[in-house]
Amino acid sequence: MDKKNNIEPILRIKDLKKSFGDNHVLNGFTLELFEGENLVLMGKSGSGKSVMIKCLVGLMLPDEGSLEIMGKDISKLEQKEFNELRTQLGFLFQGSALYDSMTVRENLEFPMRQQNKTEEESLKLVLDALESVGLKDAIDLMPDELSGGMKRRIALARAIILRPKIIIYDEPTTGLDPITAKEIIQLMRNIQQNYKTSSLIITHDVDCARVISNRMILLIDGINYAEGTFEELSTNKDEKIQAFFK
Amino acid sequence: MEKMLKLMITSIQIGNALRNFFIDVGELSFFAGRFFKEVFTKPFEFKELLRQCYNMANKSLLLVGVTGFILGLVFSLQSRPTLMEFGAEGWMPSMVSISIVREIGPVIIALICAGKISSGIGAELGSMRVTEQIDAMEVSGTNPFKYLVVTRIMAATLMIPLLIIFGDAIALFGSSLIEFLKGDVSFQLYFNKVFNAIEFSDILPATVKSFFFGFAIGLVGSFKGYNCTKGTVGVGEASNSAVVYTSMLLFIIDFIAVFVTDIFFEL
Repeated sequence: MDKKNNIEPILRIKDLKKSFGDNHVLNGFTLELFEGENLVLMGKSGSGKSVMIKCLVGLMLPDEGSLEIMGKDISKLEQKEFNELRTQLGFLFQGSALYDSMTVRENLEFPMRQQNKTEEESLKLVLDALESVGLKDAIDLMPDELSGGMKRRIALARAIILRPKIIIYDEPTTGLDPITAKEIIQLMRNIQQNYKTSSLIITHDVDCARVISNRMILLIDGINYAEGTFEELSTNKDEKIQAFFK
Repeated sequence: MEKMLKLMITSIQIGNALRNFFIDVGELSFFAGRFFKEVFTKPFEFKELLRQCYNMANKSLLLVGVTGFILGLVFSLQSRPTLMEFGAEGWMPSMVSISIVREIGPVIIALICAGKISSGIGAELGSMRVTEQIDAMEVSGTNPFKYLVVTRIMAATLMIPLLIIFGDAIALFGSSLIEFLKGDVSFQLYFNKVFNAIEFSDILPATVKSFFFGFAIGLVGSFKGYNCTKGTVGVGEASNSAVVYTSMLLFIIDFIAVFVTDIFFEL
């Protein structure tokens, strides 16, 4: 967890650059996530957080820079190898992104399609994941029968179904009421403790960042403008940094 | 001077529209190429293919049935007075059956399916795209193109011919009902005349082209939905343009099919 101990990061982004025409969104962004760490990334809307995540999970190609997941440079991997590596990544989408036409059970089973698991094994994993998020009874419901908070929990269960080493959270509390948001943050902490995952959390929510982060990075003008613990950054006098904590 | 300016603006607008059209055609060709590349490679999504086949056929059956029935009724009612003028009402079953099997049935039913199936695929995949469901599939290590697109195009290619055959049969039944009610022609006699009139050269080209119709319906709907952008507005646009493009493509395929049939069977 401590960078100074020369431990290899589980996830490394180096000098990432991405432009859309004249709009330079990322200008050499660098990030390292260590095992067991909860790293929070904050940035204004349009600062390139989502672009960075999309590059990381292979939904977008960067212009320059390298992306390493568990020591493997993803640009050098074959599609099949990359898909196998993706099973080590859990992803919680901002809008939950549950498959509308599938039940909760089918949603959770979907990532296991290539895993050659028996029906019993799949069901056990589904029930375990649902229990982790406290929604075991929702197994046969359709997504449109769930509330916003429940959808987020099911999406979280889907993200952990394959026991990933890294979980990426894209705005996990956005659009939720304060009580549900707190429940989701608590769930994220529980999952981190129970499944021993490393987390990269993209958020605007200062409360979420304070509760969950071991370390924070502020993304401003396409670069990591500031880095440190919540306490260090929240007491920093720099105006641009303070704007995040007001 | 003002006229000149208006003319220039119109020319630029037409030029842009043409440019966008040809870009779309190019991208659609790449999309079709990717389909042919993915359709023969493992893993095969048989379960999803069967689900799509069932959904497409089952949900369109009533619409196709009603359309076919009305088509048969109207066609017979409209043609009957003209044939009677020449004392040729005995030709009715032959004329109706050949027209329906060769041309009217496949084209009308394919157009109906373009409105129902192609727009449905466009809207479904479009909303999956804008709500990040397709991204979620990709991140989970599944190939969404294979799971969503290949299965839908295959299902449409296989099911549209069946729907057309079903629609043709219902249309002939509608026509026979008019003959029975207005001309005292029994169903047995009507269908005897129908089967005497229809030849191999009527059925084969119509069946072959219906597979192409199905392919076009699945391809354009999937293309528009899969590449949907601009949020919920984009979903509407994807659905709408899927119908417009598919309908155009159906007429182009029909023209080519008739042209090729004429070479081989001398219509």
